[in-house]
Amino acid sequence: MSAITLKVNGQTHTLDIDPTTPLLYVLNDDLGLRGPKFGCGLGQCGACTVIVNGRTTRSCDRPVKDVDGAEITTLEGLGTIEKPHPLQKAFIEEQAAQCGFCLNGVILTAKVFLDRNPKASEQEIQQAMSRILCRCFTNTRMLRAIARARKEMAR
Amino acid sequence: MKTKSHAANELSLTSDALAALRRSGFSRRSFLQGTGALIVSFSMRGQLETLRSQFEGGGAHDSPPANEVDSWIAIAADGSVTAYTGKEELGQGISTAQTQLVAEELSVPFDRVTLIACDTAMTPDQGVTSGSQSHPTNFNRSNLAQAGATARQALLQLASKRLNVPVDELTAADGVIRSKSDASKKVTYGELVAGKRFDLKVDSNAKRKSPSEWTVLGKPMPRPDMPSMVTGQFEFVHNVRVPGMLHGMVVRPAAVGATLVSVDESSVKGLPGFVKVVVKKNFVGVVAQKPWQAMQAASKLKVTWTAGSGLPSHAHFYEYLRNQKPTRDTLLVNSQDVERKLVESATVLKATYYHPYQMHGSLGASCAVADVQGDKATVWSPTQGVWHQRGALAMLLGLKPANVRVIFRRGSGCYGLNGADTVTYDAALLSQAVGKPVRVQLSRKDEMAWENYGFALVMDERAGLDAQGNIIVWDHEAWCPVLGNRPGYSTPGNVITGMLAGFQPQEFQARTPAPEPTAYNNNSNGVPSYVAGQVGGAAQGTGTVKSERSLLHNVPSSFWTGPLRSPQRLQNTFAHECFMDELAVHAQADPVAFRLRHLSYSRLIDVVKAAAKAANWETRPSPKPRTNKAGVASGRGIACVAYEGGNGYAALVAEVEVDQDTGKVMVKRIVISNDSGPVSNPDGLKNQMEGGTLQGMSRALMEEVTWDNQNVTSIDWRTYHSLRVGFDVPTIETVLVNTKADVAATGAGETAITIVAAAIGNAIFDATGARIRQIPFTPERVKAALTSEVIA
Ligand code: FES
Ligand code: FES
Repeated sequence: MSAITLKVNGQTHTLDIDPTTPLLYVLNDDLGLRGPKFGCGLGQCGACTVIVNGRTTRSCDRPVKDVDGAEITTLEGLGTIEKPHPLQKAFIEEQAAQCGFCLNGVILTAKVFLDRNPKASEQEIQQAMSRILCRCFTNTRMLRAIARARKEMAR
Repeated sequence: MKTKSHAANELSLTSDALAALRRSGFSRRSFLQGTGALIVSFSMRGQLETLRSQFEGGGAHDSPPANEVDSWIAIAADGSVTAYTGKEELGQGISTAQTQLVAEELSVPFDRVTLIACDTAMTPDQGVTSGSQSHPTNFNRSNLAQAGATARQALLQLASKRLNVPVDELTAADGVIRSKSDASKKVTYGELVAGKRFDLKVDSNAKRKSPSEWTVLGKPMPRPDMPSMVTGQFEFVHNVRVPGMLHGMVVRPAAVGATLVSVDESSVKGLPGFVKVVVKKNFVGVVAQKPWQAMQAASKLKVTWTAGSGLPSHAHFYEYLRNQKPTRDTLLVNSQDVERKLVESATVLKATYYHPYQMHGSLGASCAVADVQGDKATVWSPTQGVWHQRGALAMLLGLKPANVRVIFRRGSGCYGLNGADTVTYDAALLSQAVGKPVRVQLSRKDEMAWENYGFALVMDERAGLDAQGNIIVWDHEAWCPVLGNRPGYSTPGNVITGMLAGFQPQEFQARTPAPEPTAYNNNSNGVPSYVAGQVGGAAQGTGTVKSERSLLHNVPSSFWTGPLRSPQRLQNTFAHECFMDELAVHAQADPVAFRLRHLSYSRLIDVVKAAAKAANWETRPSPKPRTNKAGVASGRGIACVAYEGGNGYAALVAEVEVDQDTGKVMVKRIVISNDSGPVSNPDGLKNQMEGGTLQGMSRALMEEVTWDNQNVTSIDWRTYHSLRVGFDVPTIETVLVNTKADVAATGAGETAITIVAAAIGNAIFDATGARIRQIPFTPERVKAALTSEVIA
């Protein structure tokens, strides 16, 4: 056990925890966050994505000790039902989900990508999403929602 | 009732349901005691306790009766409506559609209705949410829809008495009934029903609103769960947390068919957070304080297994399948003149099609929470059938079904029988062993290696054409391996955990030869659309060909099998619709025209025409004249289906490009037409059609379960291939047909996916002249076919 400090969605938490615990379990079980999801535990699907110091990270196979002191944003930290982020708003407008389990990884990956590439083409957006899995295959709507959010964010 | 159990019940009510009850001004206590105004009339407690112990299964006799309005609809004093349903939200949008339905039938706004789905303490037993049955079941002349219509009729009658105005001079809107001639004469639903239940049978004659009167149904309706999903607030089963909850992991056998020799508990004693090793026959699991601790304990636990039973060679699997004995044979149609007609035919064509085992491969590994204490159990489960699960779980735990409560909580999209049931059993067995609530989330490998796969099939097609190129005889013979199934009320051994814990899967009952069919049943789409479907003297199929036979041989499977979106229907339709194309090629006919020539049923004809029209179909035989055998070739293909013989109609045109140098198939455009009768939520339906299409593409192009001589080797996303969000997505155009017609609503979740593989296969042929008869259409397979291709 060791003391780990995480700054998650603007709140600082100090935890006494097995430092090899993957970040995902800390977020889900110690901090009670629902955004990041367990999909594969192997870094293959993107369901567990969080933003660590501005970069997307797959939290399922990232030991928590690696992110000690880091600033972490989860889907909850992006926006709220009352004040959604443009991406969240666009996903609602496009009704871009079926079961919704993948949304965490899809939206956060798109967020980091659009922040860096505000002028991205549809082709580039598609490319950026090429490591994310949605087994309900809501692809068409999701890509449309990301394109819609890009316009909104460029304003 | 004791206070203690109240507390437990309060806790175990879903947050949405609690919120709804609070909003409506009822406490959970009055709800359970049946004293709340107009809340369900059945007294849960009484019925649960008088229930006989029913391990033999055969239905949940204590579920709220389907013929009572109060089982479905409750109106609170403030006019808010609570609806109860046995059809749950899996991501397909059915909760939204059911809410629209109740709002429509009761003439109240959409947001005044709260829908409670699938909780054995509250909702009627509607079997499983599957098989595109939610619309047929709940949107036609029974169950939820008819209960709504009956309730509105009753409200109008009550208002008529209260206002002293004849019923036909009343109008209902916004939860208020008014006199048409004197708007001051009005009464709200809340005022009418306060303090009372309906105490009414569902009236099959109560008038439903016709699609032309709809104001809530038939309009694109945003899903109410969307905002909480996109902001990470939504509570999936994975997010359920119960006070004192521990975490479990399972340890599955080291090989298929291996049984337990010994477990060395000392290998994990003393690990941080370790609580217990649990063994029950061949079921092994560990419980720890935290998930990561449970995972470590599971991986460190020393378990000795016997050798596996060995698996058939993957490379020669289809041959093995065809030669398996014994078989269970079923004839779907048999005109008994097939062999003679084949001899009489001017041309006979034969082809064999192959479809692999595929998996549900849910994005999230399956998860459940169970709280088994003494002789009572509560589980939060993503199961598709809460009442079924209650029975099977009771058997597994040795409890009375009445003492088991199953609460549905949404999991990751399941597409059929994924790990939902088995993981619930895992959690329940572990919880029972430790006497505390336990949450289990399977590992990716445990999910993938042991789930009930979608069926593999070998399908022989034979048909004869006359001298004019008309089909005069069609024969279909298929081999399909089976092991296990949905557990139903009483067969927990139909999924891996139940079997490991000592229950047998449903017995394989050999039967040869097949009995002659006595009733027409094309549930599996084993009968092609182009034959007459004559059983018992009546032609019930959708086509014209009168000499027909469809014969299925089920054989035992080495792997668990179960329904995966469009089970058998997709596989059979792949064979039928590609073979139809082969016949058209021989007749030198255009594939659309050739289909229309052999179809007799107007709704199927109409969707074929609609898809062809929307796609700007170019009328000519396949393949497309080709100038170059290298580089990219393009082509188009069509396929159609009367899903389950008559539960939805669809046709799909695929336009593809084939890179002839690499064999890579790129689908550029999909046009799909669909007739499901009146459409509840057109946007929801489109979402299903688009998702079904792309899932069908993934299955057609890359998905296949593989194994070595001991184990499944498709255990993660590197070894089981799936299209990603960012692949080259084709444009998808949807055409909805017949949406306002006064016909029954059919299923719509599986029509599109059923015809994707065939349409793509036909398009590949059109582009290149190579016929690929085996799924998936991997670049290697396409390239090999191109190399050996003989132009037809
Ligand atoms: S759960 Fe982390 S990538 Fe799949
Ligand atoms: S919406 Fe279900 S996995 Fe993407």
